[in-house]
Amino acid sequence: MSEQSKVVRFEEIALQHLGAAYSLARWLVHNEHDAEDLVQDAYVRAFKFFGGYYGGDSRAWLLTIVRNTCYTWLQKNRGLVTESIDDNLDEAGLDFADPEALLLQQADSQMVRQALQELPVEFREVVVLREMEGLSYKEIAVIADIPIGTVMSRLKRGRQRLHALLAKRMGKEAKVELSANA
Amino acid sequence: MNCQQTRELVHGYVDGELDLVKSLEIEEHLKSCDACAQTYEQIRGLRSSLTNNALRFEPPSGFERRVRSALRKQDDASAKPSFLRWRWLPAGAALMSALLVLIVVAGMLRRPSSSDVVAQEIVSSHVRSMMASHLLDVESSDQHTVKPWFEGKLDFSPPVKDLKAQGFPLNGGRLDYIGNRPVAVLVYKHGQHPINLFVWPSDGTPMTNQQASVHQGFNLIRWSNEGMSYWVVSDLNLAELQQFVQLLQGQNQAQVGR
Repeated sequence: MSEQSKVVRFEEIALQHLGAAYSLARWLVHNEHDAEDLVQDAYVRAFKFFGGYYGGDSRAWLLTIVRNTCYTWLQKNRGLVTESIDDNLDEAGLDFADPEALLLQQADSQMVRQALQELPVEFREVVVLREMEGLSYKEIAVIADIPIGTVMSRLKRGRQRLHALLAKRMGKEAKVELSANA
Repeated sequence: MNCQQTRELVHGYVDGELDLVKSLEIEEHLKSCDACAQTYEQIRGLRSSLTNNALRFEPPSGFERRVRSALRKQDDASAKPSFLRWRWLPAGAALMSALLVLIVVAGMLRRPSSSDVVAQEIVSSHVRSMMASHLLDVESSDQHTVKPWFEGKLDFSPPVKDLKAQGFPLNGGRLDYIGNRPVAVLVYKHGQHPINLFVWPSDGTPMTNQQASVHQGFNLIRWSNEGMSYWVVSDLNLAELQQFVQLLQGQNQAQVGR
């Protein structure tokens, strides 16, 4: 195999996931320039390891490298401490079945984006991978390096927190509207 | 399925990750429980607000080109054109030969001296003698039994002393093979500690000064006297072992003086 064909082969496999890679990095680090640098670093690293890739889920493979590159960066530059999540815990007091059923479909994009950005990164990443990239629990488990059961419990807690954050914001807006009308 | 189980598993149900049996059980429960049905609707609402709001970030235009060029650059770096490699060849060769010299010199420096080799053999012999219960070929505390035993087995006659009165009783002796020659080993005991005294004719200058060293946790003392080389090895502490050596030498010197 010549060197030329190696880079072409890698590009064929890897560049189709560039959008998913960029979006994940952007959601993890919150900043477009850092996200661009980190995705580029991750792709160069993936290319170096390409000899160790023997087919399989290329998207999960790439997103794993992107995710790890971002985590390393967060630990170095944002003082991120991982293993801070106790997966045996539940979100006390955050239940979906509150008496005033929220019409979440009415939440605007800005509001949802902000709420998601406020989530701890361990919850944010599973929500992003599930809802935006449509990945299965199994794929998320590989990328985030957690058991499948933990994927479900983190999704559950992430959604509970998101729901609570949105309820708070929408409640405030409703009050503002009410007082404006009064 | 009860409400608590449903609230645990309803996320897997929404995500289509449950098996058929569990899915049917959840559906059954949702039909009959308003609270859980509401939770389910809220999760669905949350999911659609996450998917409908174009929350996925799209890479900026030109980003793919940027990544491509970074990859090509990496590819070039890992596969340098051959003329570049030739340029580095003399430097590489020089480095290699410098390394080689370094390795050879280091090897010479680290090569054990012959006395280290002997010390190692003696410690091994000492350890082996206790492991295989082959401490003694001739078992006697009588120096007049032990000394003649070596005759005909060795081309020299080792001096044999009993130091029982001083707390180091002679237990016997055996033959061993150290430094490519047969040697005499006299076995003493101090309390529970066996002491092996190796004796053979010295081949060089007499070394009246003791040299103590530690190998694998055993104390060793060597000296030479009256044309004989002595090595003593034991797990005994150094002070007592030195006392033993002094007793041996004292007796020898007393003999010489006589």
